[in-house]
Order: sequence, then structure tokens, then C-alpha cells
Amino acid sequence: MIGIEEPEAFRFAVRAWIAENCPAEMRDGDHSPAHICWGGRNWVFESQAQQLWLERASAVGLTVPTWPREYGGAGLDRTREKIYREELERANARLPLQSFGIWMLGPALLRFGTPEQKRAYLPPIAQGKMRWCQGYSEPGAGSDLASVQTKCDDQGDHWRVNGQKIWTSYADKADAIFALVRTDKHAPKHKGISFLLVDMASDGVSTKPIRLISGSSPFCETFFDDVQVPKDRVVGEVNGGWDVAKYLLTHEREMISGGGTGVSGGRALGAVLADAYPDGLADQTLRNRAVETEIDALAISLTLDRYKDQSSAGQGVGHASAMLKYLGTELNKSRHEFIMSAYGSNALEWGAGFAEPWLRSKANSIEGGTSEVMLSIIARRVLDLR
Amino acid sequence: MTGLAQTTDETMLVESARSFIDQAAPVSHLRGLRDAGKTYDPDLWAQMVAMGWAGVLIPENAGGSDMGFTAACLLSQEMGKTLASSPFISTAVIAATVFRHAARDKSQKALKEIASGHRIYAMAIDERGKFAPEQVRTYAKSTDKGYELSGSKVFVVDGGFANRLLILARTDEGLTLFDIAADATGVEISPNSMIDSRNAANITLDQVALKSDAIVGSAGKAMKVLAPALHAGQAAVAAEATGLAIAAFDMTIAYLKERTQFGVKIGSFQALQHRAAHLWCEIEATRSALMNAGRVLDQSPQDAGLAVSLAKARAMQTARLAVSEGVQMHGGIGMTDEFDMGFYMKRARVLAEWLGDYGYHAEKIAQARGL
Repeated sequence: MIGIEEPEAFRFAVRAWIAENCPAEMRDGDHSPAHICWGGRNWVFESQAQQLWLERASAVGLTVPTWPREYGGAGLDRTREKIYREELERANARLPLQSFGIWMLGPALLRFGTPEQKRAYLPPIAQGKMRWCQGYSEPGAGSDLASVQTKCDDQGDHWRVNGQKIWTSYADKADAIFALVRTDKHAPKHKGISFLLVDMASDGVSTKPIRLISGSSPFCETFFDDVQVPKDRVVGEVNGGWDVAKYLLTHEREMISGGGTGVSGGRALGAVLADAYPDGLADQTLRNRAVETEIDALAISLTLDRYKDQSSAGQGVGHASAMLKYLGTELNKSRHEFIMSAYGSNALEWGAGFAEPWLRSKANSIEGGTSEVMLSIIARRVLDLR
Repeated sequence: MTGLAQTTDETMLVESARSFIDQAAPVSHLRGLRDAGKTYDPDLWAQMVAMGWAGVLIPENAGGSDMGFTAACLLSQEMGKTLASSPFISTAVIAATVFRHAARDKSQKALKEIASGHRIYAMAIDERGKFAPEQVRTYAKSTDKGYELSGSKVFVVDGGFANRLLILARTDEGLTLFDIAADATGVEISPNSMIDSRNAANITLDQVALKSDAIVGSAGKAMKVLAPALHAGQAAVAAEATGLAIAAFDMTIAYLKERTQFGVKIGSFQALQHRAAHLWCEIEATRSALMNAGRVLDQSPQDAGLAVSLAKARAMQTARLAVSEGVQMHGGIGMTDEFDMGFYMKRARVLAEWLGDYGYHAEKIAQARGL
């Protein structure tokens, strides 16, 4: 229905489409975690409006606007995707669907999946029928991710998986997991890893939530105990999983880095100060901190724009994801530190809405590769220091 | 709308500028000037004029090349890489933009003479240690024949060799900009020995008699012609500082790959790798702010305040980090005059103060962002 018009015509078409199809309740601009539509086999919609919005958006591919139409997307290029996002924001609309399938697995399947795998897994992600989680880290494989030990043995007609994953976000709610497993223990560590898709309903899979400093439990430990997995569930080459993992990580990092710039739903710091100090600032250092944070936020946000423009113009952007992940997450931590001090003792109570995101932000510079790993990647790949 | 990516034309401009500057104005050129007790090379400026750089912001009907602000910033950035010494910013960027915003009948001659290299301008605003144009006290008294200008100016960049001066003064109407000859009676110019081996002068104005036509724009309305020129100048200074940061960074990375201690290249130490990578990230973000400033100046100059202040604030911080890391990572040799890093550090310090320091621009950003 949309996507072929000239950009300006497209803008009007998509604006009209949103006006007609996005239920009023979904136009409250609420992007808070409690109101995200994650989808999945067992998803319970918070309202009829949430369900309707998902169905209407996925029917025209707008849950995954840039994916090809044959796999449930709308086939939009970057320019039109940007317009679509701007129009969603303009209408104050929630995203119809968010998921690790959209952010991470989808791009990896589009790049490395077989036609059969794409047909089998992409449309259910686009329609919000299948919810995925990510099985990367292990107790002994954090920053040194390539040392994963979860065993995956070839049993002729199936794989047999044994081991443990940790920090698997929402594993207890997911329908399936994409996991890094060791298929060759004798090869050098990067060369014996495969990227495996496992149904969480399989016998032998179990999960246990981990309680975090923020009080919530989005992360789990995931255990594999003699789990049988069909042979066609490896994405990319057997023992070639590291390439898939790295590609997917760049998408993950871009997603995490977006949190801090204040352009994607973050609160403007001017509004924070006005709200916290209606009668004047407690001290000028608060304002100074706010300005410094704002300056960095603007520069990072412009860098995001510049990289998008460069890739649209067919110019390379190098290791942009590592850089954006590092600066973006460090910035997000500063923003939350600032917000905590701005509100002072009013921010210290559980449930007041400040402490939870502040504590959650501390994970930003750890998950998806720590800040130190990002700096090492830049030093090695960009600066050629070794 | 052109986005933040560099266009093919811009890349060609940068490449031709690069090859010219590498040959005509490497750092050794500035060093040579300093060792000879000079701060300016007329031949180098004449070559830049011949390439159309003096007219980069001047319309073609006045003999300019009219390439726009992004192009001016890219040229300034390339000059920053080797600290190429020229009146480009004070004349081709600031003065040209002033005259472009003044009435055409009066400004056409000035524009033509800037583009042809006959006029070199210096902008005299500061009177104390910080940039504060609104607080100017130099006074132009109304007389029968026009005005009589008295006061003193400091940090007049390129004031030691400019043949024209733009003086910001106060008249009874308010802030007013005057265009005067550097050798006018009553003008005393004392060139200073600056840390960056470049030129800046202190200027005393003692009852300088001026006709009313010395006013650029109109009396009491200096900011109408000056504000866009300051924005352009601030962006160009940010660009020079960004180029300077890039070059200091490149020198430092090269040294990390070359210097051996404890039997290994020092670039193999994680402590240095992470600092170098951090600096690279800062430079990338600053380049984006700079590119954005150029685009906004070209496409909607009336909204340029925030974009320009952001570029200037970021560039000053990034240049400071680049040169201090540059000296530290070079160790002892970074402290020697024989090595170029010190020239970069000193120039970065001067640029930090020119047309508003970090604090000045942070304050502008705070106001624009409702803080």
C-alpha cells in the first residue's frame, strides 16, 4: 500500500495511514517498558487497542518497515523509514511491536539465513507471533564472548545441547532462543562456534530469573540439559557462528546506544530542571552539568544522523556501532546520574520512577560488549594499535 | 537538503586543498616564519587568493567563488591540520560575511577588494580577556563631520598586518561597526608576541576622525551585520580546531606505533589504546557537530546560533584533549620545541579564546535548550 511514492507523497500517505489505523489509546506517547508490546505465543495484550495496532501495522509490514515484503516487511528504504518514524513520533504513537527478533535476529537471518529459514522465522517475528531471546553470555564468557562452552554435539539426525547461558533477557517469556554454542572444541575458540536456534519449549530447557539492583528481573539464567535440536536450525555455516554473532552484535549495539541521546524518548534536561526546581535552582553546578550533558547528547545525535546520511550516500561508516555504543551508553549513564541529583531525595523512593531507570542504565555500558571492549575494538580495528 | 555526509564536490575541494597545503604550508612553514621573526607570509596568502579562497563567501559578481559556509569550514579544517598561517578567517570568513550583509552599494567595493586580495581585514571586538561584544566600551562621539572614535582593543587577530580594521564601538545609537584604514590618524597598533606564533595586536584609538560612511550597516545596528559574521567566524574557528585535533591525533597514533619501550610498541598497552580510542570517538562526534554547523549556515543561517555554538564548544574541548593527550603520549619529546606537537597545543589555546570560549558557547547552548 505504501512505500513507492516520492518521499513527500510518502509522508502524507503514511501520516494519513497512521491517523486512520493507530487507535487513540496507542497515541499517548508512552514508551515506558511496562507498555511495550513484545508479542509472542503467550503474549497477553494490555488492551484491545494494543492488539489492533499490532495487527494493522503488521498487515502492511510496518512492524519491520525495512524488511522485504516477502518476509513480512514494508520494503522501505532508509529515507522512507526515517519519515515513517518521524510520523509515528509526530502522532505521538507507540511502536506497534518491539522485540529482539526485530532488532537482532531478523537482521542476522536476512544476512545469513537460508531461504527456508527466512520463510520460517521472519514472518512470525514481523507479526509478533514469536518472541525470541538472546543466548550469548555464559558464566565464564562475558567480555571474552568467544570462549562460550555450551556444548552442541552432532548426533547424526539432530544436535544435542548441554550447558548454561546467563543474562538472557526475558528468557522466561520467550518462545525461542538464538544461542552461541560450541560445535568444535578442538578448533581455535572463534572457529568452533555455531549460531543455533532452539525452541524454549524443548525438553531440557529451563530458566531462572536473576534479581537485579533495580529490583526487576528481566535477565535469566538459561539451562540446557540434553536438549535435542533439529539439524536445520544452524544459521550460517556450522562452526561459522562467530561471523553471525558479530554481525548481530553491531545491531544490538546500535539499539543500546540510542538510549542516551534524548532524541529517542529521553526527557529534555531543561524540562527536568524546570520540573524539579519550579522556584529556582538549588545551585548553578546542576545547570552546568545539564549543559555539558546536553552538548554531548547533541553531538552524538548528530553523529547518528551523519552516519545514516553517509550510508545512504554509499559511504562507509567504519566501526560506527562500537563508537556509538560507547559514547551513547556513557552518556545515558550521565543523564540518569544528573536526573537523580536534580530530584535529590525525591528520587530515592522505589516506585517514584527515577531510581529504577538510573540503576538499569548502569547495565548499558556492560551489555552488548562493555565500554572497555568497545574501546579495544576501536583501538584494534580503526586505529590498528596492537 | 544536503545531509551531513560530505558531497563529491566537497571531497574534491578537500583533496585539492590538502595537496596545496601539504606542499605550500606544512607545519615547517609556520616554524620557519617564527624562526625568522615573522607572523605572516604574503606569498602564501596570495596563492590562496589565486585559488579563490579569499572569495569563498563572496558572490561571483564581486569576484568571489561563492562556495558557501560548509566549504569555508572544510578549507579552515584543512588549514588547521598543518596550522597554515593566513588571514583566511578574519578576512575571507568574518569580514566577507559582514559586507555581504551590508547594503550592496557600499559593500560591493569591499567585497571585490577582499576577493582580489587587496584588502586584509582584522576584526576588533575584545577589550578585556574574554569575548563579550555586548560589553564594548570603545566610544564613537558624534561630531559635525561624522564621528570621533576613542578606546582600546585587545586580541585583534591579524591586526598586525591587516590594512583595514573593523571596529566595534558604541555610539549614542548603540553598538555600531566601523570600517577604517589601519593607518588612519589616531590608530596605534602594537603587534603582540603570541604563543601560537601568529599575529594579534592591541590597538589604541585616539580621537580617530571618521565620516559617517565608515559605518557598516547602520548606526546602532552593528549586530545585524555582525551576528551572521560572528557565526561564520565561530564555525570556521571550530573547523580549524577540529582539523588541528585530527592532525595532533594522527601524529600521536603514528608515534604509538613507532615508539618501543619495555621491548614492545607502546601502542600495545591497553592504557594508551583506550585513551586513544576515546579521543577518536570524541573527534568523530565533533566532526558531526561541525558538519552540521556548516550545513545550517548554508541552508537556514537565521537558525545557526545553536549549531555554531555546539560546534565551537565541542571543537574546543576536543582540541584541548587531543593536544594534551598528544604531549602526554609522546612523553619527553612532546615537550620539546623541536617536535611539532607544542605548536598544536599553543594554537589550540588561542583558538579556544577566539570569538568565545567553551563557557561562552555553553551558555548560548543552555539558553537555546531552555536550561
